[in-house]
Amino acid sequence: MLNDKLTGLVLDEPLLWEKGSPGRSGISVPESLVPEAETDKDLTWEGPDFPELCEVDVVRHFTRLSTWNFGIDTGMYPLGSCTMKYNPKLNEKTASMEGFASSHPLIPDSLSQGALHMMYELQNYLSEITGMDAFTLQPAAGAHGELCGMLIFNAYHQKKGVKKNKIIIPDTAHGTNPASCSLCGLKPVGVTSGKDGVLHPEDVLKVMDDDTAGIMITNPNTLGLFEKNIKEIADIVHEKGGLVYCDGANMNAVMGVVDMKKIGVDVIHLNLHKTFSTPHGGGGPGAGPVGVVKELEPFLPVPRIIKSDDMFVLESDFNDSIGKLHAFHGNFGVLVKAYTYILSMGNKLYDVSKIAVLNANYIKEMLKDTLHLPYDQPCMHECVFSDKTLHDYKVTTFDLAKRLLDYGFHPPTVYFPLVVSGAIMVEPTESESRREIDKFIEAVKQIAGEAKTDPDLLHDAPLNTKVKRLDETLAAKKPQLAG
Amino acid sequence: MHYIPHTQQDIDSMLSAAGLNSEDDIFKGIPEELKRKTKLDLHDPMTEWDILEKMKQLSSKITSSENKTVFLGAGSYCHNIPSVVPYLISRSEFSTAYTPYQPEVSQGTLQAVYEYQTLTARLLGMEIANASMYDGGSSLAEALLMSLRINKKRNKVAVSDAVNPLYKKVVETYFAPTDFEVVYIPVNEQGRTDLSALDNTGDLASIAVQSPNFFGIIEDNEAVSEYAKENNALFVSCFSEPFAFGLYKPAGLYDADIVCGEGQSMGIPQSFGGPGLGMFAAKKKYIRSMPGRLCGQTVDKDGKRGFVLTISTREQHIRREKATSNICSNQGLCATTSAIFMSCLGKTGLRKIAAQNHDKAVYLKNELIKCGFEDTFKGSPFFNEFVLKAPQGFDLLWEKLRCENVIAGLNIEKNYTNLSNNYLFCVTEAYSKKNIDNFIQMIKNGGKLYA
Amino acid sequence: MKEINELIIPDELKYTQQHEWAENGDTVKVGVTDYAQDQLGDIVFVELPEVGDSFEKGDECATLESVKAVSEMYSPVSGEVVEINEDLEDEPGYINEDPYSKGWIFKIKLSDKTELESLMNKDDYLNMLKGA
Repeated sequence: MLNDKLTGLVLDEPLLWEKGSPGRSGISVPESLVPEAETDKDLTWEGPDFPELCEVDVVRHFTRLSTWNFGIDTGMYPLGSCTMKYNPKLNEKTASMEGFASSHPLIPDSLSQGALHMMYELQNYLSEITGMDAFTLQPAAGAHGELCGMLIFNAYHQKKGVKKNKIIIPDTAHGTNPASCSLCGLKPVGVTSGKDGVLHPEDVLKVMDDDTAGIMITNPNTLGLFEKNIKEIADIVHEKGGLVYCDGANMNAVMGVVDMKKIGVDVIHLNLHKTFSTPHGGGGPGAGPVGVVKELEPFLPVPRIIKSDDMFVLESDFNDSIGKLHAFHGNFGVLVKAYTYILSMGNKLYDVSKIAVLNANYIKEMLKDTLHLPYDQPCMHECVFSDKTLHDYKVTTFDLAKRLLDYGFHPPTVYFPLVVSGAIMVEPTESESRREIDKFIEAVKQIAGEAKTDPDLLHDAPLNTKVKRLDETLAAKKPQLAG
Repeated sequence: MHYIPHTQQDIDSMLSAAGLNSEDDIFKGIPEELKRKTKLDLHDPMTEWDILEKMKQLSSKITSSENKTVFLGAGSYCHNIPSVVPYLISRSEFSTAYTPYQPEVSQGTLQAVYEYQTLTARLLGMEIANASMYDGGSSLAEALLMSLRINKKRNKVAVSDAVNPLYKKVVETYFAPTDFEVVYIPVNEQGRTDLSALDNTGDLASIAVQSPNFFGIIEDNEAVSEYAKENNALFVSCFSEPFAFGLYKPAGLYDADIVCGEGQSMGIPQSFGGPGLGMFAAKKKYIRSMPGRLCGQTVDKDGKRGFVLTISTREQHIRREKATSNICSNQGLCATTSAIFMSCLGKTGLRKIAAQNHDKAVYLKNELIKCGFEDTFKGSPFFNEFVLKAPQGFDLLWEKLRCENVIAGLNIEKNYTNLSNNYLFCVTEAYSKKNIDNFIQMIKNGGKLYA
Repeated sequence: MKEINELIIPDELKYTQQHEWAENGDTVKVGVTDYAQDQLGDIVFVELPEVGDSFEKGDECATLESVKAVSEMYSPVSGEVVEINEDLEDEPGYINEDPYSKGWIFKIKLSDKTELESLMNKDDYLNMLKGA
């Protein structure tokens, strides 16, 4: 199991400015042929101290760096709530087509019909998939989408002439949820999930009042469970003039299964870099489109893409719009990739959700005798374990995660959600075959065995990676952020 | 089935192992009454070949800057990107990796980000830079909010009117739900920010000036810096064209507190405006007020050098509602792309190409003036972009040129009502002398290349 | 993590439910307990109040950061800050090493001396920890 890898091809590499030679350059400078212009000597300088490398230096450098990274193309990446599914290469090809890749965002509409057409259709696809009435593609990430949603909440209430200063946030919420609310002057009011891992209407009723803008709910939630009381909760919130926001990060579990609008959601954001297969890129770029019900359409950011006769047009004449969140149209290149993915999958997106949920339930059943399973009930596309049974051996979730690296897997999400102590959130996605998942299950079982017989293997892990455990305390105490 | 490896045999065996009777049971965690009654109304899966066909058609209906007939800047720039850059960034170890929360298997991303942070800080003349924000507009909004966190007792910021109008709109959107106030500083006749207008505005947390500004003009950074210091306000400098700093001194050399802006010029395709790259740098003393991820150097158990995300307690996943920002996903791959590009440029490459940008912009400007355009901000130093007042009737010629896929600048009178019939032109090193001469010829010939 | 019987709880100090300690007197040093520092882990940064700041009992007065968490400190008593432990700027780890001596956080001049009486003594604090 452990010997599933080879060694010797991962080479070390210094920092950029530790190599190179004065005068080297790795770029072809075009011919000028125009006269040299004068410049004001007081305002100019010789330029920054950049390293001087030739093309081979650059290629070797970044090629070697890439070999130190584990990506989805390397192996299974079961990060809960991140949906690390396979990133199709066709998407890369279409996004790099000349018209999409080399166009200026401010060219007249008549010269960008291909771009506007694609965005218009993408909006429609996302509406069909979620059940919402209208979409904006402008937010550049999920958190940006949340900000958009909260601004829409504010605009809606303001238009009605009411002042709201609170918002209900469940204890299982992702950190971006309360952070986004703070940016909008909405104070988060907590509500605790029940013993069954979901929210209960009576608990929401207790905190919902006339000062509350609404609720921010993740469905399916971060425990991998469907918020089965969502309709009643939505009714309670609506009754007091509030709105329901859905963090759609876990949409991969319910495509073609649930109509968000019908279950009471007013605003939802999607993460195209999760559900819709665009690459995570080591941290981004993503895209966080926001869908709304018809009543909230006037508040969407501008410009909006609308159809006027046979033409697609960017229209900014919407007086109630919340304004602009991105200088241009959002992460357009990411939108092209998501659009390509939807063209590839079409109505089979339902099967994506079906297999994603099957894979997670399979793992849940196969590992529940190895790791503690706090919620022993049908899960959605992810399941959450804890390290309770490992405590006897003085082994923690952290140790387990680090040892998984030695077995050739990226660890699951750890220590989130906060409601489970030592949480281990596993989301296999539909991309993993039964064989891969069985290998993962086997690895976890072996490591749990090692915890009993040889716990230091876990305490010292990882042993086989480019670097061992890093001193994060030193990094935080004496930050060195530039060389 | 596309991208799903399961066979029916796999599914059946997994169903029984998962304790499920049939495929219908897979969603038994969802109450029946909440499930959709209808199937997804979408097409059947398309083949790769049909998709390529469709996308080629759509792509062909977008005017590409590669034609070198689009003379637009205003926040998005056509620069030469060496083939090495897209080649290296397509390595899936970079593109399909997640945020480097498990640093032992993410040293590739982390070292590249550390290198990006370093090169960005050097480019902007600053001490530290973060691992990226979304774009120039949202970076400015976040910089202003940061200045209000640092200057806690003040609730007003000043923003130059010569900041990109789209960035101003983003700032307004971010500030709308707050109790903070934004005042705008007017522009003088030289196209630069008129600080004297601030004399009666009261205590400001920060003063934000873009340089080069929306008109392409280099602002008097020294004056802004002094003014900010005298008034105990932070000096925030933003930009949309960082190539300028290969030639002109960046605001960091004028003691700016925060420098932020759009890094798309540094190796990222224009891509109809996104994904871009929000560059964000500040003085080290403000580190705990900074938004966004930070990558730092450290050592591992064996004393080997390594890199980790650090000072994470500022961020949303730990600090939640008290975080410095709600940002989670950033423009990670674009930052790596930029690091690769800046490595290719090197010290000499950057200087040569920045100088060439300027030479070509001066050349285009002079040729246009010969065609009857007037220099609106005569005498002001500029980079890549400049504003000219067009001859009477130019709007008709502009339309004619548009029909030939030639974009002769951006009419800015919508955003600056006192500058009617004024156009913002842009040209970079990517345009040859021939491209520029052809453009001039078309203007002389009333919209046709050959009379 | 330490076991409860391993925790250091000096006899002469007073304690709060939020794991702060205070000396007895008119102008007293305050800090966080051994339990608090043990829970937080290696402290990397301390945001101290400023000399001259006034707090009511229970007000947020400082923040302690470790690598993975942030903890607020709540003022055990009401009063005015007269001195801060500047050593913590370079050596935040003093709080881990020696939370009651080298790791003191600030000195406060009490505005209401009776408040100290309502704080817990060593035994009450220990019982509270055992019950938690």
